[in-house]
Amino acid sequence: MTRKSLLGGGAIGALAIAIASVVSADIGDDEQLVVNGEIEMIIETAAPDHLEGHLSTIYSGWVFRSDETQAMQADDFDNPAFIFVDQAVDAFNTEMGAEGNSCASCHSAGDFADTRPTYPQWDAEHGEVQTVEMQVIECQTERMGMEEPYAYDSQAMRNMVALIASEGRGQVMNVAIDGPAQSTWEQGREIYYTRFGQLELSCANCHEQNYGNNIRADHLSQGQINGFPTYRLKQANLVSVHNRFRGCIRDTRAETFSVGSPEFVALELYVASRANGLTVEGPAVRN
Amino acid sequence: MADNVTPRVRVPREASAGDSVSVRTLISHPMESGQRRDGDGNIIPRQIINRFTCDFNGQNVVDVTLEPAISTNPYFQFEAVVNETGTFQFTWYDDDGSVYEETADIAVS
Repeated sequence: MTRKSLLGGGAIGALAIAIASVVSADIGDDEQLVVNGEIEMIIETAAPDHLEGHLSTIYSGWVFRSDETQAMQADDFDNPAFIFVDQAVDAFNTEMGAEGNSCASCHSAGDFADTRPTYPQWDAEHGEVQTVEMQVIECQTERMGMEEPYAYDSQAMRNMVALIASEGRGQVMNVAIDGPAQSTWEQGREIYYTRFGQLELSCANCHEQNYGNNIRADHLSQGQINGFPTYRLKQANLVSVHNRFRGCIRDTRAETFSVGSPEFVALELYVASRANGLTVEGPAVRN
Repeated sequence: MADNVTPRVRVPREASAGDSVSVRTLISHPMESGQRRDGDGNIIPRQIINRFTCDFNGQNVVDVTLEPAISTNPYFQFEAVVNETGTFQFTWYDDDGSVYEETADIAVS
């Protein structure tokens, strides 16, 4: 006797639904993320046009996390990332470099609302695509006279980028992928779909084809970076985009690109563009 | 004093007399347990916050002893009954003798 006749068609249908609901346990159950009771986040929306044929809906990494982790992000007091943002506020107002300037000499709070949503972006003066980190280094070396600017993935840099991101929270990601940035964007897309490492995995294998499924005891997200820099409970610290890229590629057992490399800048631009339409959440809380 | 120690507290701005209000506190602190070793194999000296107290208008609300197993950036949440307008006084005591203080006012009607 076949399994089908044992169970009957209706039971098969119910079983399929049950399995589907396990797989997508955290997706689409009408959750909403409102931070501090005022910043409404878009955690699910139609994918940008350039993802046609790949994804129809994009989800923030927030929807894949457990209720407890999600709750931590809804209030800045509960979000441990704001310990580091507080430290960045102090650094922001501290003089650094030979010119005797602090960040606050030129910038004031609220200036950076459009920064995280639009970076990485093309910098005409330098003729390259720049990330927020590169912009900070540029300021420190060219305008503040610092001999030793923040290292790309240093604690001070992650804190500062988290502060900048926090001002853009609630803004819709809108990274430009055409014009002079297009070739870099295409390079990033190439990297995204290239299989790396002994396990021969591309970014897309997990984050496009298997999001919502389990990877060991965890749900795979779509790998969106609108919540970066992210406070990871596992590290009890902020994690930068490039550090996360490096960790992912390392897990494929590959030799990774280095943090701050042109390859990772290109990949960051491409991955950021996949989140066009979601809101900036950084610094988010993830496990 | 450990680096980058910043206390943060959250108390409702106002309450009714006799209400039980939720008090939340967080202090950034490494809470070095004294069990770990550095790259050269030497023990990293213990440095933790060993005591936390909260007073309301001079009356003690909680007095906590902290142990080395408590993780970095200790967070406390507790309830306090308030009968009058006043000030919460929070105090954290570091192993090295540093004392970190913070206050929060509440208006009771």
